[in-house]
Amino acid sequence: MGVEQKLGDMGVITLRLEDLVNWGRTNAMWPMLFGLACCAIEMMSSQASHFDASRFGMELNRPSPRQSDLMIVAGRVSRKMAPVVRRLYDQMPEPKWVIAMGDCASCGGVFNNYAIVQGVDEIVPVDVYVAGCPPRPEALIDGFMTLHEKIRGEKLTDHA
Amino acid sequence: MNADQRVVEKIKAAFPDAIEETNTFRGEQTLFIRKERLKGVCQLLKKDPHLSYKFLSDICADDYLPEFPRFAVSYHLYSYDNNHRLRLRVWVDDPEEGPETVGTVWAIGSWLEMEVWDLMGIRFQGNTHLRRLFLPEDWQGHPLRKDYPLGYEEVQFSFNWQEVDAKKPYAQE
Repeated sequence: MGVEQKLGDMGVITLRLEDLVNWGRTNAMWPMLFGLACCAIEMMSSQASHFDASRFGMELNRPSPRQSDLMIVAGRVSRKMAPVVRRLYDQMPEPKWVIAMGDCASCGGVFNNYAIVQGVDEIVPVDVYVAGCPPRPEALIDGFMTLHEKIRGEKLTDHA
Repeated sequence: MNADQRVVEKIKAAFPDAIEETNTFRGEQTLFIRKERLKGVCQLLKKDPHLSYKFLSDICADDYLPEFPRFAVSYHLYSYDNNHRLRLRVWVDDPEEGPETVGTVWAIGSWLEMEVWDLMGIRFQGNTHLRRLFLPEDWQGHPLRKDYPLGYEEVQFSFNWQEVDAKKPYAQE
């Protein structure tokens, strides 16, 4: 039984265009395949059947930055990797968002040394930080929800 | 005569002044080799049919900063024929005048030396391929040396949050 039978004639919905666009953006995000370290295991787990990220329309990671609008930086970023992260971010089409997943991506974590970037916010602007080492899939999904909340409050002109 | 003794005798027969010291720890033998003799000893160890150390598994370097000589380079060899491991060790006073390259003996040698130069800054004589391997190409310094700073950024606590945050290089859009 579809929603048509329940409601009868679907008729007309009135809403602000901004809300419609933001609703569309939140419910069909395309994350970029960006597993750098152990956090990627939890990211895979959150997309797999048990936690099921397809509930939010984001079960499929794209290997190409040109097809994605969300970058989940899952793991520590080394200084040699940093230019690559920035280049991939620049190749993603607008609008785009970044989640720093885990302590290493957020602030360097336990690696306070020469080799690791002390927080991926030094190279790309981050929207949501997810704490944990590594964060459980629930924590990452909470990060998704936080990002959705942020996007719902955005204006069309923010990405103009 | 076991394999450890045979190696020492063979080297002593070919290069009487090469071995400075021998050391056995938990069944593994280490030979301290005079720096000038290293390449000859390596060639002997590889070419001699009774020794045939055909596999150079690793080259490592140590930094004993307050002491002199400051650096030591270790060569970890393995002989398939005898199923025997051997470690050669060379003291290095001046990192700019490291031991002679063993890239001409074992082909992997020049890569392992590149790694040692990248992280420890020991320049192997005759190796013309010394360039950055693990670190970005414009890196300054050699981070595994003991005088290289350990931490990178001051740790952010609640009492110095503002202070550290002000210095943090945040990315632009």
